[in-house]
Amino acid sequence: MGTKNILLNVFKKYLAIGLVGITVTDRYGGVCPIRGSSMSPTFNPSLESFTDDYVFLEKFCLDKYKFSHGDVVIFSDPTNYKERCVKRILAMEGDYISNVGGVVKVPEGHCWVEGDNSASSFDSRSFGPIPLGLIHGRVTHIVWPPQRIRKIDRRIPQEGLAM
Amino acid sequence: MKCLGEEYMINLKLLRTIFYNMSLFQQWAFLVKEALDKSFLVAKFFCAIHVTDTYLFSTALVHGPSMLPTFNLNGEIVLLDRISTRYGKVGPGDVIIIRSPESPRKVVTKRIIGMEGDTVTYVVDPQNSDITKTIVVPKGHIWVEGDNIYNTYDSRNFGPVPYGLLQGKVFWKIWPTSAFGSIARRPQTVDPALKVME
Repeated sequence: MGTKNILLNVFKKYLAIGLVGITVTDRYGGVCPIRGSSMSPTFNPSLESFTDDYVFLEKFCLDKYKFSHGDVVIFSDPTNYKERCVKRILAMEGDYISNVGGVVKVPEGHCWVEGDNSASSFDSRSFGPIPLGLIHGRVTHIVWPPQRIRKIDRRIPQEGLAM
Repeated sequence: MKCLGEEYMINLKLLRTIFYNMSLFQQWAFLVKEALDKSFLVAKFFCAIHVTDTYLFSTALVHGPSMLPTFNLNGEIVLLDRISTRYGKVGPGDVIIIRSPESPRKVVTKRIIGMEGDTVTYVVDPQNSDITKTIVVPKGHIWVEGDNIYNTYDSRNFGPVPYGLLQGKVFWKIWPTSAFGSIARRPQTVDPALKVME
């Protein structure tokens, strides 16, 4: 009887911690690993580093969906909803951006995302502008490994700028 | 019931005597602990509500003319199922809620007409002509249309929608009580008289 009570208490405690953890990660912010090198050198700058970069994702921006040029965001892949991608926003709705196929106007409610490593990045140059509703959060800091802890700035690369 | 009431009164009296015998600091600490306990309980309850609403079931108010006659003009409260959309268990004929691709803060109700890879034939402008177009739904996207094709803003205007914008599947109507029940899988035929609604 004593062990059953203890087990029940431990279960209740873990359930409470789990619920609170899920709510905080969904509404306020969480930590995410970055895989792949489409955002080199901002994330995962070299293939030999012993661990992937872990970043802090903030979700306060999802309240009003207010993003700016240069924000690094995490969003659901439009070609496969189960995967998530991390890229930088280069153009917002109403901007014109030059792509290989010509000049594209970013429609209302959408944004144009590109990876910092243009050579190996599957981004808006392939799948077009993405609706803002797909975005899960904005990356603010790298939190792991310790020697790479830093703030991620809004930065616009010099080539291929929106007109 | 009577002896429970007596026990409650005795406990209250005991607590009161203990409380008045504590020092000021002890009283303050006791009150702070009680306040923290109550607020943790409220926080845990709020988190439980959030998890159920986001991952299990939710409710929504559906209004507007685009889903007539399945949903009426003034508004109906429906139950959403969030589990089937997370695991991809939706298909053509299901009524679903999506985040609007044009304004991400808005959520709209439409019916799925085609999943990725399906060929969809649709009437481009039912008000004015009978021209139809046929497209193949791209990978990772779905084609949605409102049941009232004469007055709806859907995939025929904003194109196929990425699956990631799906919020939930509508499976039950709960208000008004006259409309209580499940949702038909196929849209009912639209009355041509609805064509004059602007």
